[in-house]
Amino acid sequence: MNAIGQDIPRRDGHAKVTGNATYAYETDVDNAAYCALLQATIAKGHITEIDITDALALPGVLTILTPGDVQKLAHVDNPELAVLQDNHIAYRGQIIGAVIADTSEIARHATELIHLSYHVDDHDSAFTADRDDLHTPKALVTGAPADTTTGDVDTAMRTAPHTIDHTYSTATNHNNPLEPHATTALWQDDTLVLWDSTQGVHAVRTDLAEVLRLRPDQVRVICPYVGGGFGAKGEPHAHVVIAALAARALPCRPVRLALTRAQMFTLVGYRPPTVQHTRLAADDTGALTAIAITSTSPTSAMREYVEHAAAPTRMMYAAPNRATRHRLAALDIAVPTWMRAPGECPGMFGPEVAIDELATALGIDPIDLRVANEPEVDPETGKPFSSRNLVACLRQGADRFGWADRAPRREGDWLVGTGVAAAVFPAFTNRATASIRYERGHYVVEIGAADLGTGAWTVLPQIAADALGVPLHLVDIGIGDTTYPYASVAGGSTGTATWGSAVLVAAETFRDKFGTDPTEGDEAEGSHDTGPFNEHYSTYAFGAQFAEVRVHADTAEIRVPRLLGVFAAGRIINPRTARSQFTGGMTMGLSMALHETSSLDPRFGHVINHDLAEYHIASCADATDVQAYWIDEEDPHVNPLGAKGIGEIGIVGTAAAIVNAAHHATGVRVRDLPLTLDKLLPGLP
Amino acid sequence: MDHHRRVDTEITTRVDGVTRTVLVDTRTTLLDALRERLGTTSPKKGCDHGQCGACTVLLDGRRVLACLTLAVTTTGKDVTTADGLAPDGHLHPVQQAFLDNDALQCGYCTPGQVCSAVGALDELANGHPSHAGDVTTDPQLTRAEIAERMSGNLCRCGTYTNIITAVEQAARA
Repeated sequence: MNAIGQDIPRRDGHAKVTGNATYAYETDVDNAAYCALLQATIAKGHITEIDITDALALPGVLTILTPGDVQKLAHVDNPELAVLQDNHIAYRGQIIGAVIADTSEIARHATELIHLSYHVDDHDSAFTADRDDLHTPKALVTGAPADTTTGDVDTAMRTAPHTIDHTYSTATNHNNPLEPHATTALWQDDTLVLWDSTQGVHAVRTDLAEVLRLRPDQVRVICPYVGGGFGAKGEPHAHVVIAALAARALPCRPVRLALTRAQMFTLVGYRPPTVQHTRLAADDTGALTAIAITSTSPTSAMREYVEHAAAPTRMMYAAPNRATRHRLAALDIAVPTWMRAPGECPGMFGPEVAIDELATALGIDPIDLRVANEPEVDPETGKPFSSRNLVACLRQGADRFGWADRAPRREGDWLVGTGVAAAVFPAFTNRATASIRYERGHYVVEIGAADLGTGAWTVLPQIAADALGVPLHLVDIGIGDTTYPYASVAGGSTGTATWGSAVLVAAETFRDKFGTDPTEGDEAEGSHDTGPFNEHYSTYAFGAQFAEVRVHADTAEIRVPRLLGVFAAGRIINPRTARSQFTGGMTMGLSMALHETSSLDPRFGHVINHDLAEYHIASCADATDVQAYWIDEEDPHVNPLGAKGIGEIGIVGTAAAIVNAAHHATGVRVRDLPLTLDKLLPGLP
Repeated sequence: MDHHRRVDTEITTRVDGVTRTVLVDTRTTLLDALRERLGTTSPKKGCDHGQCGACTVLLDGRRVLACLTLAVTTTGKDVTTADGLAPDGHLHPVQQAFLDNDALQCGYCTPGQVCSAVGALDELANGHPSHAGDVTTDPQLTRAEIAERMSGNLCRCGTYTNIITAVEQAARA
C-alpha cells in the first residue's frame, strides 16, 4: 500500500500532547545562564552615555553587552544582524544591550538598572500612501520588476461601460507564533551550538557563521520543533546574534534567551500595511478590459522590504490592458518581513473585493464573473499554466457550500450573507539534499528540514517509504540539525515539495547503489535544485474561499459561523496534516479579516498594542466551523513530487470572502481591514 | 529603594505526583519555577501575561495560568501538567482525542489546550455556567459551549475547529 495519500497521524503528536517535545528554550543543558535584552526608547538618534554600574553590581549578574563593547562583526546583507556595533539607533525598540545573569529574573531586573542618555534626532514614522517621498523598489523578492504595464489602462477605464476604481487597505499584522523566538547558545572548544527556534537551521548557520566570522563547521544549529513561525522565523534576527555573543562571553556555559511577547512586535518582523489603489474596467458581459493595482507600503529605513501585493494581479485574470505598481515609504520603524503568504495574502484582498463590487454592479454572480475572466495562459509570462483548476475549485466549493441558495436573509436579529473569493499561491521549489542510511533493518532519512506544525516529521517518511518501496514503519527520520544534509528554509510553501523531491532522489540513488537488499551502514544522498523544474510552464496553486457572515442588526457584531475552502494544490501527501494546513491558514485569514491590526504611534515610532490582549487574534469561539477540501490534481510539471505546497494558500482570499459576505448580508461595503463593527454600524439598514 | 535586595523562599509542591522542594525568588512565577528551576517544560510560555493560555496547568484539579500564579502561593498544592496527565506515557482521553483529530500543529499551545480542556470538561460536568449557554439551566455539551470555554487558549496555527471536535470526542468517551 502506498504511504503517500494515507491519513497518517503526526509522528511528533505524542510528544506534543504531553508537552515533551523540546523547543529551543527548553533544551536540557546544565547550569544555564539567562539573557535579557535592553532596547532603545527613542526612534532615531544615538546613545551618548550608557552606565551599567548599578546593573553590574546586582548579585547574580554575570556580564553585560553594550554597544561597541562586543566583537567586531562582519558586514552582511542584513544590517539588523550587526548588533551593538555602534551607538546608532534606527528604530524604537532596537537592541542596544543585553544582560546575562544566573536567573531570568535577575537578568530582567538588571536591564532596568542601566542608565542611558541619548541624542535624539527627529524621526519620521507616519505612513500614508500620499507621501511625496515614495520610492519604487528595484525589484520584488521574486526578482520580478516592481512595475509592469501592458496596453493602456487609462484609456480602457475612460471608455469601458463599467468600471471599479477604489482604494483598499490591509492592516499591519504581526506573525505572532505562539512560541516566542528563543535560542539556547553554547560556546565550547571554538564551536558554537545554537538550539534556535527557526524555520531553517542551515540558514541560521550560514548567517551566524558569516556575521561572527566563523567557519560554517564551527556553528551547529539544532531545531527539532518550532512553535510556529509564519515567516517570522524564516531568517535569524538580531537576538540570535546576541545569544551567540552572550555564549561567547561565557565559554562552556549555556545561555538561554527568549523574546518577550512585546519584543516580538519590534524585533522579528511583521507584515506591513498595504494601500491598494485598484481599478477594473469591464464590458457588459463582465469581460475585463483592464485590471490595475498600485500597492503602497511602508518599509524600514534600516532595511528595505517589499510587500509584493500587486504581484498576483499580474497573473490572476485575463484583460488586455494591465498595470501593476509597487511604492514604498522608507520610515524610521522596525523592519518588516515575510508573513504567511507575503504578497498574495494582502494582494488578493483589494482585487478580490473589487471583483465582487464589479459583479454586484453588473448583476452577475461573482463566481460566473471570475470564470468569465479565466486566462488561457499566464497573462504575465505568456506561458501555459502547468495546471489551473480555479474554476473547478469555485464550482466544487459552490456545491459544497450551498452557494445556489445564497439570497441574503434575516434570522432574528442577525443579517446573514455569503461571500466568495479566489486564492492563489506560486508553486516553487528550493535546494535541498537528503541522505538515507540503512541501519538495523530501518531506513534512516536525514535532512536539515523544519517542522513548524506543517507535518515534515510525518510526510517526509511517507515520501521515503514509497520511494524505497518499504512499509512506513521501516523509515526513521531526522530533521532540524545542521549535521544533516543542507535543506532550504521552510518558507514560500516550498518545504514538502523541495525536501520531498530530495528524498525521492536519495531513495532512487540508494536503490541504484545498493539494490533491495542493503547491508548495515549503506548510505546514499540525493539532491533537488532550485529553479523551475519545467521552465515552459507557469506554476501556481489555486483555491476558492467561501464564507458565511452574520451581522447583528443593532450592534453590528460580526460572526463567521462557516468558512469553506476548496484548493487545487497538486499531490496531497497526507490528507490529515494537509487539511490542518488549509484550515489553519483559513483561520488565520479570518483572524486577519476581523481582528488583527498593529497600531503604530508615529509620535514614538512603535506598535502600542504590543501584546495578545490588545493585538487580537482569532480565538476558539471565532472559528468553530472551518472546512477544507481539495480536488485531485496531477501536475507532473511542478516538481518530481507533483506537490504544489499548501502552507500559505489557505490564508489567501479569506479576508476578501468575509468582507464580500458582510456586504452581501448588510449592503455595506468595507474596503479597509480589519472588518470591525464600527465600519459596518453606520451603514446598517 | 534598595534595588539589590532579593528574597528567596523554599517551596514544596507536588508536581505531576512527585513532591518537589525548590528555592525560588519570591518574584518567580509558577511557570518559571517549573520551567527554569524544576526542568518541567510541559507548560509553555507564550506571553507571560495571562493572555494566551499556553501555560495552563491544573492546580488542585482546577485550571490556572501558571504565568499569573506566584510560585510561593503553590506550596503544599498539587500541580498537574499535560505530562502528568499521561503517566508512563499512557495518554489521557483528551490527549488521545487531540491526536485522533489532529487538533495540533506546531504543538506549542497544545499542553495548555489539553490541561484547559480537562479543566473545562470538569467545570461543565459540575454545572458551571458559561457565556455560551443559558445560565439558569445545566450547561450542555455543545460545540458552542466547548468553543466558549476553550477561548482562553490561543492557537496561532488555527486548529480551533479540530480542538472543538477533539474535546467533544473526549467528553463523550
